[in-house]
Amino acid sequence: MNVTIVDYQSGNISSVINSFNEVAKGKVHLEVTSDIKKIESSDKIVLPGQGSFKSCVDSLNSISGLVETLKEFAIINNKPLLGICVGLQMFADVGYEEAETKGLGWISGKVSKIDNQNGKFKLPHIGWNEIEIQKESKIFKDIKNKSHMYFVHSYEFIPEDNSVISATTDYSSKIVCSIERDNLFGTQFHPEKSDKIGLKIIENFIKL
Amino acid sequence: MLKNRIIPCLDVKNGRVVKGINFVELKDAGDPVEQAKIYSDGGADEICFLDITASNENRETIIDIVRKTAKKCFVPLTVGGGVKNIQNITDLLLAGADKVSINTAAVKDINFVKEASKKFGSQCIVVAIDAKKISDKKWNVFTHGGRNKTEIDAIEFAKNVEKNGAGEILLTSMDKDGTKSGYDVDLLKSITDCTNIPVIASGGVGTLDHLYDGIVKGGASAVLAASIFHYGEFKIKEAKEYLNSKNVSVRL
Repeated sequence: MNVTIVDYQSGNISSVINSFNEVAKGKVHLEVTSDIKKIESSDKIVLPGQGSFKSCVDSLNSISGLVETLKEFAIINNKPLLGICVGLQMFADVGYEEAETKGLGWISGKVSKIDNQNGKFKLPHIGWNEIEIQKESKIFKDIKNKSHMYFVHSYEFIPEDNSVISATTDYSSKIVCSIERDNLFGTQFHPEKSDKIGLKIIENFIKL
Repeated sequence: MLKNRIIPCLDVKNGRVVKGINFVELKDAGDPVEQAKIYSDGGADEICFLDITASNENRETIIDIVRKTAKKCFVPLTVGGGVKNIQNITDLLLAGADKVSINTAAVKDINFVKEASKKFGSQCIVVAIDAKKISDKKWNVFTHGGRNKTEIDAIEFAKNVEKNGAGEILLTSMDKDGTKSGYDVDLLKSITDCTNIPVIASGGVGTLDHLYDGIVKGGASAVLAASIFHYGEFKIKEAKEYLNSKNVSVRL
């Protein structure tokens, strides 16, 4: 099996690479690339994302044919894709970080700043928070409800259709922290930084 | 609910772990990669490396340590010490660091914080502030690992780093560091009250009650400690169980 981590200069992806390497350990072939042909021929795709919504979308768009290839893979052919952090947020129609920016439009919704209730909640939302599982998800196999995951973000994905939400976390309000629709997965938290439990989520994705 | 973090810090010099008493008289004890792995297996919420001689010596040693640690530890890794320019940050992130902490270079030029957070995202830019009390409710910023005094007010500086895109503040009391007499809670409270980004308390931990004070009285989002964990006085798990027993929420 070929798993591809999309390297589109979205910031620091070494932790994503390290964690997938740890789980794959020779059983799975791991590619880190922006090469369209390699992406097309993979079995699974990981779309990481760090920095702002705008900078990630801009980076994605700067590689010719990449957005179309990802769309064909995940939406048209319905093959497994996991977005992490801003990688998930970009599924939305629009994001408001830095400037209003068009997203991939794969899941209707928007990405807005977390309401910090006039400074009552510090931003970024950094650290370990419990996830509340909202529906059965293939990547949550053997993951207990209220497991701790590591978060670092100031913006949240608000989908129009609540049925895509697979988990939320409590920080000033119920924040969407995981989505699943068919073979499209996304986590707002960082499984690659969430210790053994995070590696388990990565393993679940690889084993799909 | 967001949990309060416990962060063991490993001071590294020439590839070995040390912990200074008031930043002098270093003791040598341990391989940083193994130590980090022990901490992460023991429930550390993050790991912090501080390269205490990086300002003067070559940077390859710490980069190699980060590279090896990042392949074994799957919790966030922060690295600081001698981070002067964008290239230093790029090198550390590529080696596997999740966040870098900037100290002297942020004091010299606040635009560096702005530039770095714009380029890499606020989530990976920590500004380390070393502060020393100069009068009642007034602290000044120190640089170069606490050796050089500036005339900059620590509270004003903290507000300024937030404004310029820092994602977190790592606040060390120079008066308390190495004394084991507890954090400077007044300093912590003054800074956490006037900023809206998470503050990591550092400098002075000698007992588990000090961790409690940092969070509950000082308002810190995370507590950093070195020697109490490093010399085996307490395990991370003991610290967490203690805090939990006093109704401070932690990841158990």
